[in-house]
Amino acid sequence: MLTIRSPSQWINPLVFFVLVVALFPLGLEPSPATLLQIGPGVIWVAALLATLLSLDAVFRSDYQDGSLEQLALSHHPLPLLCLAKMLAHWLTTGLPLVLAAPLLAQLMQLPPSALPVLVLGLLLGTPVLSLVGSIGVSLTVALPRGGMLLALLILPLYTPVLIFASRAVNQAAAGLPYAANLYLLGALLVVSLVLAPLAVAAGLRISLS
Amino acid sequence: MWLFFHKLASPPYFYALAGRLIPWFGSICLLLTVVGLYLGFFVAPPDYQQGEAYRIIYVHAPSAWMSMFIYVVMAVCGAIVLIWRMKLAEVMAVASAPIGAGFTFLSLASGSLWGKPMWGAWWVWDARLTSQLILLFLYLGFMALYSAIEDRRIAARAASLLAVVGVINIPIIHFSVKWWNTLHQGPTVTRLDAPAIDLSMLIPLLLMFLAFKFYYATAVLIRARHELLLRERATAWVRKLLERAGA
Repeated sequence: MLTIRSPSQWINPLVFFVLVVALFPLGLEPSPATLLQIGPGVIWVAALLATLLSLDAVFRSDYQDGSLEQLALSHHPLPLLCLAKMLAHWLTTGLPLVLAAPLLAQLMQLPPSALPVLVLGLLLGTPVLSLVGSIGVSLTVALPRGGMLLALLILPLYTPVLIFASRAVNQAAAGLPYAANLYLLGALLVVSLVLAPLAVAAGLRISLS
Repeated sequence: MWLFFHKLASPPYFYALAGRLIPWFGSICLLLTVVGLYLGFFVAPPDYQQGEAYRIIYVHAPSAWMSMFIYVVMAVCGAIVLIWRMKLAEVMAVASAPIGAGFTFLSLASGSLWGKPMWGAWWVWDARLTSQLILLFLYLGFMALYSAIEDRRIAARAASLLAVVGVINIPIIHFSVKWWNTLHQGPTVTRLDAPAIDLSMLIPLLLMFLAFKFYYATAVLIRARHELLLRERATAWVRKLLERAGA
């Protein structure tokens, strides 16, 4: 709720996402063939970076005003509360990215057949980014300058999502079967949905001690 | 048996035991390295395809094995830290990380030296190379997180959690990269699946592997002793040790 009331929190990652994607055609030759080849990868790398930059918002302000400690002390299970926080983060940053994807697909000259796969991939993949990223945030939230460190901690963990998701779009664009990649993304989502809240709760308890 | 483990967990006992073990492990490592390198470089025949250049395997393969082995050791220590909060496991995990990163880097560097004459490129986006590179970043992340937090015990616990998360992710990363690669560019150069390796080449390889293991044991004990002294500098047993050394 608070995030929606301050529009910059959810608009900025979105603008960043579109801007990064738009920079690539400027830096390369914007021929349809090139764009088609790099499009899925570019869109996904931009989504990774946009998520990374917005991740600080998950726990930072709560940590600063002390309400994070109150959450940790409350009688509700902390992993569940963390899951709610992560879900809120995804709704405010991940979902706008998914909604912006059709527009970007047009910018990158993706064929219409690849569009549903791109949107589905983002729908399955961006929650994983929020969940896994929150583990990194929970460990760095108490540090004064955690931004760079956060990138170092979680970008290696993001590689499977990037690989499966952009592969799915590439294959759909080439008319090949793509379902296996989406299933694997779904599997990643399920695993991180179960394990990430526990890890985040443990990480927060370490950071708060 | 259990008594031994309980004693092992006490810093002064570990410190003394490690001090006694280090020269042994060190000399075994030195002996194995000398014999292994001699057999590998002078006795083993040249490869019928790769000629003499294949001999880099005696450094490359053991360091790649060690890089994964050490990460698992780190993660197991990390789990012990998170569950039982054992001080010594913290020390061991923290002491292991730079050595593991070193081995990972060594395997990447020797691999690219090998790749240049064999594949004609320093670097190819082969599945193994890529997952090894990501492993290096995981090590660097572990060390960066540990050094970023001031309180050493909290830092060790945070880094331990990261190591455990990482060890769950390593198989996922490995397979994703493997499938990505096979989907991407068809058959690639795979090593070690040429007709089973000859005994005269295998023996030096295994010797080198053992040598690297003992090197790790030596190095990690030395590092753990230092870390232990630093952490426990205010305790009575360290002070007694210093007095004895000063006298």
